[in-house]
Amino acid sequence: MRYSLLSVLGQALRGQRDWKPQWRDAAPKAEYDAVIVGGGGHGLATAYYLAKEHGITNVAVLEKSHVGSGNVGRNTTIVRSNYGLAGNIPFYERSMKLWEGLEQDINYNAMVSQRGVLNLYHSDAQRDAYARRGNAMRMAGIDAELLDREGVRGIVPFIDFDNARFPVKGGLLQRRGGTVRHDAVAWGYARAASDRGVDIVQNCAVTGIRRENGRVVGVETSRGFIRARKVALSVAGSTSLLASMADLRLPIESHVLQAFVSEGVKPFIDTVMTFGAGHFYVSQSDKGGLVFGGDIDGYNSYAQRGNLATIEDVMEGGMALWPGLGRLRLLRHWGGIMDMSMDGSPIIDRTPIDGLYLNAGWCYGGFKATPAAGFCFAHLIARDTSHEDAAAYRLGRFATGHLIDEKGMGAQPNLH
Amino acid sequence: MTTITLRDTALPRVAAPATFTGQDFRTATGGMIDRRRPLDFTFDGRRYSGFQGDTLASALLANGVRLVGRSFKYHRPRGILTAGSEEPNALVELRSGARREPNTRATVAELYEGLEASSQNRWPSLKYDALSVNALAAPVFAAGFYYKTFMWPAALWEKLYEPMIRRAAGLGRAAHAPDPDTYDKAFAFCDVLVIGAGPAGLAAALAAGRSGARVILVDEDHRMGGRLLADRREIAGRSGADWVADALAELESMPEVRILPRTTLFGVYDHGAYGAVERVGDHLAVPPAHAPRQRMWRITARQAILGAGAIERPHVFGGNDRPGVMLAGAVRTYLNRYGVLPGRNVAVFTSGDDGWRTVADVVAAGGQVAAVIDSRASVPADLRRAAEAAGAQVICDGYVTGTKGHLGLEAIEVVDTYGSRQTIACDCLAMANGWNPIVHLDSHLSRRPVWDEAIHAFVPGALPSGMVAVGAAGGAFTLASCLETGGRAGAEAASACGFAGAAPEIPKTDPESIAHTPLWRVPVSKGKAFVDFQNDVAASDVELAHREGFRAVELLKRYTTLGMATDQGKTSNLAGLGIMAELTGQPVASVGTTMFRPPFTPVAIGAFAGHHRGKDFRATRHVPSHAWCEEQGAVFVETGLWLRPAYFPQAGENDWLETVNREVNTVRAHVGVCDVTTLGKIDIQGQDALALIERVCANPFGTLPVGKARYAVLLREDGFVLDDGTIARLGESHFVMTASTANAGKVMQHLEFCHQWLWPELDVQMVSVSEQWAQYAVAGPRARDTLLGIVDPGFDLSNEAFPFLACADVTVGGGIPARLFRISFSGELAYELAVPAAYGDAAWRAVMAAGSAHGITAYGSEALSVMRIEKGHAAGAEINGQTTARDIGLGGMLAKKKDYIGRLMKERPALVDPERPILVGFRPVDRSQRLRAGARFLAIGAAPSLAADEGTMTSVAYSPSLGHWIGLGLIRRGPERHGTRVRAYDPVRDGDIEVEICSPVFVDPKEEKLRV
Amino acid sequence: MRIRCPHCGPRDNGEFSYLGDAAPIRPDGMEAQPVAMHDYVYLRDNPAGPHRELWYHGAGCRSWLVVDRDTRTHEITGVSSARDVALSRRTGEVA
Repeated sequence: MRYSLLSVLGQALRGQRDWKPQWRDAAPKAEYDAVIVGGGGHGLATAYYLAKEHGITNVAVLEKSHVGSGNVGRNTTIVRSNYGLAGNIPFYERSMKLWEGLEQDINYNAMVSQRGVLNLYHSDAQRDAYARRGNAMRMAGIDAELLDREGVRGIVPFIDFDNARFPVKGGLLQRRGGTVRHDAVAWGYARAASDRGVDIVQNCAVTGIRRENGRVVGVETSRGFIRARKVALSVAGSTSLLASMADLRLPIESHVLQAFVSEGVKPFIDTVMTFGAGHFYVSQSDKGGLVFGGDIDGYNSYAQRGNLATIEDVMEGGMALWPGLGRLRLLRHWGGIMDMSMDGSPIIDRTPIDGLYLNAGWCYGGFKATPAAGFCFAHLIARDTSHEDAAAYRLGRFATGHLIDEKGMGAQPNLH
Repeated sequence: MTTITLRDTALPRVAAPATFTGQDFRTATGGMIDRRRPLDFTFDGRRYSGFQGDTLASALLANGVRLVGRSFKYHRPRGILTAGSEEPNALVELRSGARREPNTRATVAELYEGLEASSQNRWPSLKYDALSVNALAAPVFAAGFYYKTFMWPAALWEKLYEPMIRRAAGLGRAAHAPDPDTYDKAFAFCDVLVIGAGPAGLAAALAAGRSGARVILVDEDHRMGGRLLADRREIAGRSGADWVADALAELESMPEVRILPRTTLFGVYDHGAYGAVERVGDHLAVPPAHAPRQRMWRITARQAILGAGAIERPHVFGGNDRPGVMLAGAVRTYLNRYGVLPGRNVAVFTSGDDGWRTVADVVAAGGQVAAVIDSRASVPADLRRAAEAAGAQVICDGYVTGTKGHLGLEAIEVVDTYGSRQTIACDCLAMANGWNPIVHLDSHLSRRPVWDEAIHAFVPGALPSGMVAVGAAGGAFTLASCLETGGRAGAEAASACGFAGAAPEIPKTDPESIAHTPLWRVPVSKGKAFVDFQNDVAASDVELAHREGFRAVELLKRYTTLGMATDQGKTSNLAGLGIMAELTGQPVASVGTTMFRPPFTPVAIGAFAGHHRGKDFRATRHVPSHAWCEEQGAVFVETGLWLRPAYFPQAGENDWLETVNREVNTVRAHVGVCDVTTLGKIDIQGQDALALIERVCANPFGTLPVGKARYAVLLREDGFVLDDGTIARLGESHFVMTASTANAGKVMQHLEFCHQWLWPELDVQMVSVSEQWAQYAVAGPRARDTLLGIVDPGFDLSNEAFPFLACADVTVGGGIPARLFRISFSGELAYELAVPAAYGDAAWRAVMAAGSAHGITAYGSEALSVMRIEKGHAAGAEINGQTTARDIGLGGMLAKKKDYIGRLMKERPALVDPERPILVGFRPVDRSQRLRAGARFLAIGAAPSLAADEGTMTSVAYSPSLGHWIGLGLIRRGPERHGTRVRAYDPVRDGDIEVEICSPVFVDPKEEKLRV
Repeated sequence: MRIRCPHCGPRDNGEFSYLGDAAPIRPDGMEAQPVAMHDYVYLRDNPAGPHRELWYHGAGCRSWLVVDRDTRTHEITGVSSARDVALSRRTGEVA
């Protein structure tokens, strides 16, 4: 049933009786043209665009748990395309444009809210670095504004401009940035892909990648062997584990990133704001909770939880910037497992094994990339060549030196 | 430590309304409130009175206030459901102004004189809430309806739909002003941590404490004792409350036992780390002077005993949210502990024996029980008889199917086993649907609870070593088993820590029965039957989620928002799971449960931050000359943790530029001194010191003689520049290395890594001496003259004896050891003088005095930066982790014949690509124009695009030496293009000017001033 | 999380900085090949389970430590001085 005000009102009168499962809970077939491992946002988006853009519908998305059980449902929901390096800029702008048309495209309200993303700066050097980034964005046709102190005051008058340890001097603003209701992205893509014939197979863990003569022929799963000409990995956090099934070692470490939500309060801040002198960023969900986060804990981890030192670090940043937060209460904190890559940027590429495709290394930026990652990964799987917007995301770049290192931190994943 | 006395307890008795207090629902006697200390408070502006020992909830109930709040989505009237921290409904804004605390649970807010509370999420008033029309549209507002609409037209989302939803959502209003209170942090270590001071926790603490182990006992309540304060129980022939008092008295007498009431253990972290928050001043109007509002404890425990108890489950039936419908255990708490009988005419709806306790307590207090409805077919006859004898109508195998009343309960609708319906008047309904052990804390380390079919509840699964759950928290629901499991665990935990503990004898308790048959929802009810009260999730929403495929527990939670409110579903989760189990035809155990996340109850953000706010967010590092700089009125700038003097304005100077120009001109013409202590300084000694330096530096050092310094460039292993600095050889096996201010710590760590991990066989030791030496750059044509005034006689500073790049140990000021390096960042004749930090202030003043005859000026980081740009030295903006040595013009100095960190990787194709941007100088074609760092370079006439981007301006300065702006930047094939023009495009600052590429060395390119 | 430093005793992990997997061994010397260096710098096993890793006790004794930790549970089964481990590895190579 198509979603609309009319169908919602109609079902209100009929006791919501006629709604159907939003996606088919498919049982796996013996064989597919392509199998996508990972039923998160990226995997589901990939399936959707394979069907929509390339007409490939004999596709299964294999999910070890349930749809959206990974990072798509654990992140802080921020979308933006305010990157500074040529390898990243067109990709994230592709993603932003897809966000802007997503809901009409997939007939699902994911609450794309372009409320602006504001990065604060606290020194001349930081201002110039933001100018450098903002100028690159503008050259690519992306909106970016460098605000002075008064400009920032107009948006977030309640922060501590003067007394903080690191006074706020201004900010870089991308008005088109904002937030999206994260779970809805997974559900919306699942529904749209399922409608186009994709099999979404839940509770199906991949346990092996079968190869013959150096070519992938399918995957072993907890629900039996599934034959496929093409196998595409989209399992952020667990990428190395899946890759090791094909004897691949990757430039990736798994790290935990914590996220936080406060109790719900009436509208308090209507932009996304990042502190430039501490690890703290914040926005407010439509339900009223402040959603915030900071830096990764910093050690390899597959445990979806973090530790107190990082939590305190984040709260200290919050209180330094915004002392009015003090009496607001933290409701929940949790952790997600990130693919931290060696240059802080993702990989969308073929692998040395024929028929095995890789979408990985998203660090903590995978959510905002969801539509474009699906779009470009589908292109790669369908055509065996990189989409031009993701052309820099090659696996071989670490050997050639074509790194995309926005922070200049080098080959140490926990610093990106 | 808090002394707790419980002597003022007595059996509560209902009497004629106590009109003298206005507290019409207060019993005449009994409860653990102090009736000699009345307290006035206001709710929604109306004055009421309560007693010391009340919570806001008990005081409101005593005054007959049942309507306390409005629900999240439908704005339905809500009252008080519980008597504890699990409360989903009774959320208020506590206090006002900068101390306003939204979403405060009235059930845990202690009453104090003058307490001010307001209802929230209503307009214009609690009784007449305009948005309660939402309830009429409830059929539309089913779970997830917003995913299906508000999509057209797209532009209206941010403009109309979202603001509307946001305004309607949220509960209370946060205080916008800075929090005026302070928060403390404390660290504690113990052998045995006992969480919860109910019977099990107290028994555990006693057993562990008696062994001599270091014990910490925490409880979220202001009064310890748990359910023993709320139920009429007997232990060893005495009242439960008396047993609690004795236990606490004994614990307080033990020197190794710390008792923390009002302290919520909110999180369990790895390796025995626990987070707890103590509400030090929340029970007062304002924290006392010098006392924090709250204290954050980080407790490290070898053993932990979880005795946090259990939470009672509501029934799910139509109208179960009406004010006056409460948990049966809460009714007993209000009655026995607070001396409040929450209704004149009480009905009890139970699915087990436990609910009959409420019947008995109400009857014993002289209250009236209208009816008892037990959903079970067979109910022990003695229970029935007692209730019937008290005049209550007893209905077995029946259900409450609905409620009536305007803003509070007036009657319930009941169906009996024959299907006949009746309406029974009552103003309070007590629900008893079994208890859920508090498994939240055991889940924090990613351990999932497991289903226990015997008690129809989730109980802790396999716990991490050193952790055990006791009493109700472990599924042991009888008082006897609480005492037994607690005592045993306390002894075992102590003995695991090396203390000889013996499990105490278990005292005899009064008989009890806990038979129970859970009822996940009333099958025949009508109207909205709420599962999650706070988030307005009804049973029909769970059905809808099931219909739409959201059957996995996590999907159910996220689609319906069940369990996502401020109570994290403490009273609601299991009902949701139970209903989903019914719908899918599988046992609850297979449905599973969602993960509980810390904190157990919401914790103030300020408590996590502690004192780290405002100026104390991070430590501030001062340079040794700081006091002098302040005296001079220097303007400071934050550089990492350092506060550095940026420039020194003098009288008559109009702006920073005029000041900086004067400082630069003075240095270039006379002499200046700059505090460069912020540089990292690493002392390296040992016979293999040189070998280590050779391997970490990319340029050669083998030929560096004693008494000389050399510029050093360090690469990362991936071939990019890590940092630059100087290395001075003070002796055959003694070197001092400097690192940039920003990278001082990183370089030290890197060197230790290289030594300890890569090349452990090298005989070398190093230590950071950044804090030990104050270091001052003395620069300018009169630098030598100035130094002659403070370096002790006997040291020959002539150009011949102490040439450029010389270094030596010297003494200053009459025998004070110092180090002198003839190195220059400014391009002038310059020295860096290092003295022990304790002499830093004196040495600085001595330099200023010695230089006064030569026209000395102090210069700050701004002038320092101007002069380094004039000389084309790369700094942080160029060495940004993305550049190679070749990019910043240092390619020629790299060693060819040695292995060093980064040697191989710097040769990767992309790193030696001739098209890479390389460092050159820039000047505006129109010399009057200003340059800006961050501008991008474009060919003249090229349309701006990423493809046309040729590089970036990295550093700019106004050069007083040249009289115009100059810049350094990285541009494709830069060195080949001197003299050509490009656009410096800076759209974020509306800049777009033509610049000319030139040598990066703007001043004294032949270095004549350096070597004089 | 707490790490038992062999020199300082058990300390909060906030005192330590993490580097990563201790397994890769730097290909030393002028004969080292780019491919081996690439693997050393960039490729990781990244296991879910026991992991031998390098930590730096920067806010303590400045020792580099080799820590055996399970990346699923964070259980630490061993901590030793990195220098000792490296030296014994060298000895092993000679033998």
